Amino acid sequence: MRPEAVDAMLPFLSERFANPSGSHRFAREARTAVDDAREMVADVLGCAAGEVVFTSGGTEGDNTAVLGTVARLGGTALCAAAEHHAVLAPVEHVHGVVVGSTGAGTVDLEALAGALRERPDVRVVSVMAVNNEVGSITDLAAVAAVVRDLAPQAVLHTDAVQAPCWLDLRAITPLVDLLSLSAHKFGGPKGVGVLMARQGVAYEPMVIGGGQERERRSGTHNVAGIVALAAALRGTDAERPAEQVRLAALRDRLVDTLVAELPGVHETVPRAQKVAGSAHVCIEGIENEALLFLLDEAGVCASAASACAAGAMEPSHVLAAMGVPRDLGLGALRLTLGRTTAAADVDHGIEAVVSAVRRLRRGRP
Amino acid sequence: MALSGGVDSSVAAAELLAAGHEVVGITMRLWGGDSDTGCCSIADVDDARRVAQQLGIDHLVFNFTDDFHQHVVDPYVQAHRDGITPNPCIECNRHLKFHRLSERADLLGFDAVATGHHARIVQHDGVWRVARGHDSQKDQSYVVHMLPQRELARTLFPIGHLTKAEVRERATALRLRTAAKPDSQDVCFITSTGGRTEFLGTRIPFRRALVVDAVDGTELGEAESLEMITLGQRRGIGLPGGGPKRYVVDIDHTTATVKVGDETMLDVDTMRVGDMVWSHERVEGEVRVQCSAHGATHEASAVVDDDGVHLTWHSPQRRVAPGQSVVLYDLSDTYVLGGGIAR
Repeated sequence: MRPEAVDAMLPFLSERFANPSGSHRFAREARTAVDDAREMVADVLGCAAGEVVFTSGGTEGDNTAVLGTVARLGGTALCAAAEHHAVLAPVEHVHGVVVGSTGAGTVDLEALAGALRERPDVRVVSVMAVNNEVGSITDLAAVAAVVRDLAPQAVLHTDAVQAPCWLDLRAITPLVDLLSLSAHKFGGPKGVGVLMARQGVAYEPMVIGGGQERERRSGTHNVAGIVALAAALRGTDAERPAEQVRLAALRDRLVDTLVAELPGVHETVPRAQKVAGSAHVCIEGIENEALLFLLDEAGVCASAASACAAGAMEPSHVLAAMGVPRDLGLGALRLTLGRTTAAADVDHGIEAVVSAVRRLRRGRP
Repeated sequence: MALSGGVDSSVAAAELLAAGHEVVGITMRLWGGDSDTGCCSIADVDDARRVAQQLGIDHLVFNFTDDFHQHVVDPYVQAHRDGITPNPCIECNRHLKFHRLSERADLLGFDAVATGHHARIVQHDGVWRVARGHDSQKDQSYVVHMLPQRELARTLFPIGHLTKAEVRERATALRLRTAAKPDSQDVCFITSTGGRTEFLGTRIPFRRALVVDAVDGTELGEAESLEMITLGQRRGIGLPGGGPKRYVVDIDHTTATVKVGDETMLDVDTMRVGDMVWSHERVEGEVRVQCSAHGATHEASAVVDDDGVHLTWHSPQRRVAPGQSVVLYDLSDTYVLGGGIAR
C-alpha cells in the first residue's frame, strides 16, 4: 500500500472508529471523512461527488453495473470476450452477448457494432479500459461513439480497475455512464472500491438494507478503507505522469532484454497499444506453471493467467480471445511493474527469467 | 510430496519431514467437472493446503487437467465404447503421478516424488522392487505396479511400513485435520449421485443388448446399455429375479449380444496379458497373480512371448474382464514382478 493510504486509514481503525451513519459528534466526524474522501475521488475522476458510490471493490462494481442495470431496465448485457471474469460471469449469468476481441485484447469495434445492430435489447455494454492480463488500452472514445450511435438506450460501463496508474481518469469518465475501480490496484487496501454512477443513470442496487450511498449501496461504510482509497487515488494521480515515463523505460528494458537473450519470446501486445507497467510475453516451449515455480524460488513474483478456485493456473481466456495458439499461451508470463519497482528489480527479474527458461528448455537442472 | 488432501499423503509428508527431507507439497488438479467433493475437489485441495501449512511446507497446485483428459478420461470413455472394462485409477498413476508429476519434479530440480500409497520400495542386489505395504488389508502395490527401475529409484512411499491404524494415530497425534477423513473409494470423476451411467450416457451412445442363454442361445431379454455391462455381472442385465443365478459369461460387441450362464462358465484355465511393464526383467515360470485391487492372488505358470504373457492357472480361475490390470508377484506374494492388461 502507499504510505499515505496507510497513514490515512489507521486512525479510523482505532480512536476514530465511529459509524458515519450515526448522529453523535463522533459519527459526524466520520461522516466528514467519508465526504472528504468522496470529493477527492470525484476530483480525480472528473465527476460530481454525488456520482461516487463506495463499494467493496472491482467485482462488486462490475457485477452491479451489469446485473443492476439489467434488473432495472430489462433486456440484456453485452461485453467483450477478453473482459475480466467480474464482468464476463454476470454477462453470461443474464445470457448476454459476448463479442470478439482484437489481437491486442481490446473489443473488436466492428463486432461490437454488428452485435448492437442485431440485438436492440442490449441495455448495458461493458468494456474494460485496460486489460488486466495483457495491459492493452481500449479506445473508449471509439467504443462510446459506436454505443451512443447504435444503442442510445444502453448504459455504457467500463471496468477501469487497471487504469488509475496509467491513464488520466478525467479523460475516461465523461465517456461512460458507469465506471468501476478497486483500491488495491492503486496502492489502497483490499476490500474497497468505487462505482462512478452518472447522475440520472439508474440501476438496481445489489446490496439493499440501510440505504447508505443514497440507496445505491447499503451497508455500514468501510470508513478506514474509503479514506485510504481516496488518499491512494490522489497520490497515484499526482505521480502518474512521472511514473509512466520511468516505468515505461524499465519495462522496455525488461522486455527487450528477454527477447534478445532468449529465442522464442513473443511480446503479446505491441507497446504502443498498452500501459507502461505491463510486460506480457509468451515463451515458446515452456509451461508457465513450471516457470512460475522457479521464479518464485528466485524471489520473483510473477503471474501467468488467473488461478481457479483450487489455486491451479487456468489457460487464459484473454489469450484465447486474442487468438493466441493454446500451446504458446501455456508459456504466457505476466510481469507487472509499479510504484515500488526499481531498476535493480528489473535486472534481477531478467536474470531469473533467463536462467529459469534456459533450465526448463534444457530439460534438467 | 503428492498431497491429495487425504490422511495417507498428509502423514506421508510428515514422515518425510521427520526423516529430514526438504519437502514441497503438490496437489494435482486433474478433473474440472463435477465430483463428490465439489468442483475439482476444492474441499480436498483446502485440506491439502491446510495440512501443508500445519507442517510448515510449501504447497502448490499443478493444473494437469489436459493430461488427465487425454490419458485417463477419454480412454475410459473409449474403452466402454469398445467393450473393455478399464481401470482409470491405475492409468492415472501411470500417466499422471508417475509420469507427468515426476517429469515436472525432475525439471524443477527435485530428487524424488513421494506419494501416500500403501506399498514399499525395496532394493536387493541393485534391483528396485515394489513390495506389498505393511498393512495387507490396505496394500496398494497392485495400483502402483507399473513403476520401472528408473521411476522406482526416485519414488518414495513414506507410509508403506505403517498400518492404516498407525497412519491415523500419527495424524491424530499431529492434530492434522485429515486424521478422521474417510478413505476415498471410487473413481474421482464419477459422482455417487449420477454414477457411471450418467457419466457415460452423456458422452457415448448406449446400444441395446440382446441377452441370450450361453448354452442354447435362447433369447432371454434385452438390456438397455451394452456399454455398461461387464463380464461376471449379475444385476442390471434385464433378467427377471428368482430362478438360478445367471452371470454374464461372454459379450459380443459386434452383434451387441450378451451371453449369460451359471458361474462355472466363467472359469478358465488360461489367460493372456498384454501391454506388460516389467519392474526389472521379464519373468517366466511360477508366479502369483492378482487381478483386482484387493483380490486374492492365485498361482499360475507364465510364458512370455512377443504379445505379452500367457498365463496357465494351476486351478481354474474366473475369467478376468478385458481391460483390467493383471499384476504378477513372486511366489512369496511380496514383490511385484510386473503387470499388464487382461486381453
